[in-house]
Amino acid sequence: MVQDLIDELGRLPGIGPKSAQRIAFHLLQADPADVQRLTEVLTVVREKVRFCETCFNVAEAEQCRICLDPRREATQICVVEDPKDVIALERTREFRGRYHVLGGAISPIDGVGPDDLRITELMRRLADGAVEEIILATNPNLTGEATAAYLARLLSTMGLRVTRLASGLPVGGDLEYADEVTLGRAFEGRRLLDA
Amino acid sequence: MFLRHLSLVDFRSYPSAEVELEPGITTFVGLNGQGKTNLVEAVGYVAGLSSHRVSQDAPLVRAGAQQAIIRAAVVRDGREQLVELEINPGRANRARLGRSPLTRPRDVLGTVRTVLFAPEDLALVKGDPSERRRFLDELLIARQPRWAAARSDYDKILKQRNALLKSAMPVLRKGSRRRTDRDPEELERALHTLDVWNGHLAEVGSSLLYARLRLLRDLLPYLAKAYDEVSAGRGAAQATYRSSLHEEVATQIAGGDVPEQDALRQAMHASFEQVREQEVERGVTLVGPHRDDLVLQLGDLPAKGYASHGESWSFALGLRLAAFQLLRSDLGTDPVLVLDDVFAELDAGRRERLAAMVGDAEQVLVTAAVADDVPATLTGRTFHVTLGEVSREPD
Ligand SMILES: Nc1ncnc2c1ncn2[C@@H]1O[C@H](COP(=O)(O)OP(=O)(O)OP(=O)(O)O)[C@@H](O)[C@H]1O
Ligand SMILES: [Mg+2]
Ligand SMILES: [Zn+2]
Repeated sequence: MVQDLIDELGRLPGIGPKSAQRIAFHLLQADPADVQRLTEVLTVVREKVRFCETCFNVAEAEQCRICLDPRREATQICVVEDPKDVIALERTREFRGRYHVLGGAISPIDGVGPDDLRITELMRRLADGAVEEIILATNPNLTGEATAAYLARLLSTMGLRVTRLASGLPVGGDLEYADEVTLGRAFEGRRLLDA
Repeated sequence: MFLRHLSLVDFRSYPSAEVELEPGITTFVGLNGQGKTNLVEAVGYVAGLSSHRVSQDAPLVRAGAQQAIIRAAVVRDGREQLVELEINPGRANRARLGRSPLTRPRDVLGTVRTVLFAPEDLALVKGDPSERRRFLDELLIARQPRWAAARSDYDKILKQRNALLKSAMPVLRKGSRRRTDRDPEELERALHTLDVWNGHLAEVGSSLLYARLRLLRDLLPYLAKAYDEVSAGRGAAQATYRSSLHEEVATQIAGGDVPEQDALRQAMHASFEQVREQEVERGVTLVGPHRDDLVLQLGDLPAKGYASHGESWSFALGLRLAAFQLLRSDLGTDPVLVLDDVFAELDAGRRERLAAMVGDAEQVLVTAAVADDVPATLTGRTFHVTLGEVSREPD
């Protein structure tokens, strides 16, 4: 049974066999009330949290907190790969618009093409002409750049401002690993793409 | 620069080895299979993060061990630096410079520079184009380590583009049976995605090609001179770059021109257009630095298929010696010159001339199975290598 726990923990991202073992034994020795709370949170999260119908960020209702917030600008959409990136960008407090979560990046090796991302949904959001700027905030690595280049071309005929985060982010990395200051600066210094 | 100390743990046949080195010439002597090449292979690995013998890391770790460690103390302009490499097959390797761990092992490139000649180098003349591309790219990186990143980016983009060509084949293929009921939007998306990867590949590919061409331009005079010296005037060694770009540019490049990088990028785009159908048919990228070759010539004849064994050997040696001279003039310090088993294959005259040519290098590491094969003029310290034991012969 303990081994089952270790195996399950070991399947989580970023947790190797040694860490899995450490966490398992920590849980076994922990206060039962603490473990109870963890179990409850896990269950609630699994039941309640889903994806926003508009932007595909994590949400607790049909729409996410950001899409529901009337103070957020409807004229700017920041396009990211994952919900994790929303969290990273929110920490910088630079951005007051809305997001669109693609659900990945174009990567032929992994069998991910444009059709596998939420690009049609993005185009649909642009149909009413309310959006003025699209900020392409895909990761500063090969597949992120390819995705940004693809979108830039797709959007080039729509009369929008299409911008990309400034370079200066650690190349080849993920947005989520960039510190707030660097990411904030990259956001502020975003450049206009003329695809 | 010179290596002052080399330390191995579970590298190849060595459970552990500590070798104290000095500037000048050092010869490692021992019977076949005793570990001479293993030792200098470690030196090459510290400098270039790859072995001259194998493309995978697994054989570098002593059978039964989990990881290998190479430590080297290198002295340049009187300043000593410590490099440590941990080779972990199947996992990420790790590197340290002094006391600081490096984020990427790649960042260690440039600390130790070597030029290594080994019997495997015969493949530079007789082998596939990939051998000669590797020669150029490794030299490019030895000269300017930042090219390692571009080189690795290029490979990644290439893999992505090939994967795309394969997966999009049914959509892109002309005259396929389903052509009439092909979804035009699907075709558009496929072409559009291909364009994105074309852009990436042309960007990195043209910069790599441009760098190779400039490198070659700088290298050629040294090559002619080195071959001339080794062979005592027995032929002119030449090399021309054979590009996979469309004919016009390829001809220009073969003629020794180095077009601007912008022109190369455009030529790559134009070439993609030309070969689109073939690429889609075969599912591989047919244009770019990964399809190029370096054509070696001796006098009026191609070296490959014509040169004798000794001539081929001398040509390969000439390429390495030219690399040494180029790095020497570029870096303002000598790379460590490694000559693995070079003398056994040369005639007496070539041996003597080679010895004379390398005598003034800051540090030369020589290996030989038969001590007498090494010309007496190449005097230096001798180490005996026996079953993984390296011991210095008293002076
Ligand atoms: N990963 C490894 N683990 C253990 N032994 C190894 C490993 N790789 C190579 N060896 C052993 O190292 C020996 C080869 O050593 P090396 O190539 O250095 O020989 P050498 O002294 O250069 O010989 P030669 O004069 O024939 O070139 C072989 O006997 C081989 O079995
Ligand atoms: Mg050997
Ligand atoms: Zn939302």
